[in-house]
Amino acid sequence: MKPILEVKNIAKKFKIYHEHLPYESLRSKIMNPLKFFSKKEVEEFWALKNVTFNVNPGESIGIIGKNGAGKSTLLKVLSKITPPTSGKIISRGRIASLLEVGTGFHPELTGRENVFLNGSILGMKRKEINDQFDAIIDFSGIEKFLDTQLKHYSSGMQLRLAFAVAAFLNPEIMIIDEVLAVGDADFQKKCIGKMEGVTKSGRTILFVSHQMGLVNQLCSRALLMNKGEILVSDSTEIVTSKYLSFDYHESDNIFIHNPQQTDNKEHYIQSAFTVDENEKNKSVFGFNEIIRLKIVIASNIIHSDELLSVALQDKYGNRIFTIHQPLEKLQHADGKYSGTLCIPENLIAPNIYAFHFAIVRSDGKVYDIHEGQCRIRVADTGTPFSQYEGKDYGHIILSCKWE
Amino acid sequence: MYVCVKARSMEYEIKPAKGLQFNLKELWEFRELIYFFTLRDVKIKYKQTVLGALWAILQPFLLMVIFTVFFAGHLDISSYNLPYPVFVFSGLILWNVFATGISTAGNSMIVNSNIIKKIYFPRLIIPISGIMGTLIDFSMTLIMFIGVLVYFLPTFSLASLIIHLFFSLTIILLTTFGIGSLLAALNVKYRDFRYIIPFMIQVLLFVSPVIYPVSIIKNNFLVKILNLNPIAGAIEILRSSLNGTGMDLILLAKSLLISLVLFFIGLSYFRKTEYYFADIA
Repeated sequence: MKPILEVKNIAKKFKIYHEHLPYESLRSKIMNPLKFFSKKEVEEFWALKNVTFNVNPGESIGIIGKNGAGKSTLLKVLSKITPPTSGKIISRGRIASLLEVGTGFHPELTGRENVFLNGSILGMKRKEINDQFDAIIDFSGIEKFLDTQLKHYSSGMQLRLAFAVAAFLNPEIMIIDEVLAVGDADFQKKCIGKMEGVTKSGRTILFVSHQMGLVNQLCSRALLMNKGEILVSDSTEIVTSKYLSFDYHESDNIFIHNPQQTDNKEHYIQSAFTVDENEKNKSVFGFNEIIRLKIVIASNIIHSDELLSVALQDKYGNRIFTIHQPLEKLQHADGKYSGTLCIPENLIAPNIYAFHFAIVRSDGKVYDIHEGQCRIRVADTGTPFSQYEGKDYGHIILSCKWE
Repeated sequence: MYVCVKARSMEYEIKPAKGLQFNLKELWEFRELIYFFTLRDVKIKYKQTVLGALWAILQPFLLMVIFTVFFAGHLDISSYNLPYPVFVFSGLILWNVFATGISTAGNSMIVNSNIIKKIYFPRLIIPISGIMGTLIDFSMTLIMFIGVLVYFLPTFSLASLIIHLFFSLTIILLTTFGIGSLLAALNVKYRDFRYIIPFMIQVLLFVSPVIYPVSIIKNNFLVKILNLNPIAGAIEILRSSLNGTGMDLILLAKSLLISLVLFFIGLSYFRKTEYYFADIA
């Protein structure tokens, strides 16, 4: 079977104009003819370099990478919005791209008029829109306001309508850029369900997202991009975990209280960081090492029922376990509060983790709460699962008895 | 399997932009988008106005009244053998298509830049829709024009008007499209054109015989330049249907030729530069 999309050696160069805007004014050319010839202020920047990959019909591919890695430029080239500087793409199907929802929505037009305009911009035929109109409106759930001008809609309603049109696109290849990340949770779920339906129906999807969980859920294969190049192309599981370890910075294991973020002055977490047995900063732990998280708390008003709550989170933010410690037990002779949580060795499976910590009262009042802080990596030091490193086989490794 | 079979029939390539391609087939495939963009522009134009589309009729009508009050007795238009209101209206009706057309088309790429950056469709659709919108206004003004004719010049021949109007409008549209798409492309790169366009329209109004006859200009050189103006040609052709002088075929051929040249210059420049609109818009 021929690939539905062949991307061959695509490169894209941008010019960065240091002194003036990319659209020039005539004056600068007329008044200063020398400038016309000087190239000093123009810097070349390769947003894409040697990008080559194939997509088979029915495959769904996730494209991940940090900001500025070239993902969006790649999507723009694939959507024909901007031409590549070199290389070529062979496409064997109609491409619809969704770099934003509601492209072309006009506030002065009614919901109905916008559905037709937006659908048409996205490449739907008038007949297609007509046939699916009721379904689109049904999906959006705004039939009551269909003939109201868009400017009277809430932003949530506008989003719903925009998603609804996009959800009924019917191309062979669909390119989606991070657009599912907005909207309320219920509606997001509805959209993801729709997208899963799309992949199951055998259509091809290219999907850019920062939400690794979503990429894992929707895509079978993924590309990891960095500085305009494809770094890894493999199964989603492998690529997402590569991304997460690659994304990893040494200083990520340190949390420092930011006075602008919490207005709570009673109790707050001053700092937290992972350390080795000599209290030295450490962010990569071997499987056979004890993981220590040192937490320093600032507490001004002392009560008896405050707790420090710490949880270990996996890379998708799911909690693996939670531990509570009464604050009074963390108080030292000098009145300061601090403590080091020790997670036993030979327990936490090699992977990327982060911590959730909070100061709460037993009746549920929350003083200070932080998610996904102090990122650490547990490295495989020869577990029975070392051949599966990077795959999700669970978060703990236990040696259990068989009887 | 369905996907595969269907896909094979529509293989295409995305390559670096090279040379000049008009790709009219693609434009035809997107014709519905022209319809929707035109509809949008027309609807938006008259939203929240009390008189709505009546403005399209009122504007040239009021101008006709004003020009008649001020100029009717002072300009010698005896060579045209037309009542002054008919003379000026026949100029205004075509002039409006041109002036509104190049101003809408010229600014259209900037106005729609957020769409251009997010999705692909043949970029030409945007200036084309802008000009189509002015044609809708034109068709309404035409009704008023015929009313004016019935009142001032009951002897006019509808058949002759239709034939002449067809040629005049063709010249106007080719010219408008050529200049409009050229300005649209230039405007993306040099924002100065946002200010040049209204100024240019004012100047062009003076060098087109909309409110005065060409005959009042004595300077030979200027007359020669005016003779090259396809807008002037189109207006003269329309007027010749009303006073029964018959079509000046040389004028028609000359105006058509010049408007075609302008059309291709605009189209080519637009097509050559459109690939980079999304990068700099």
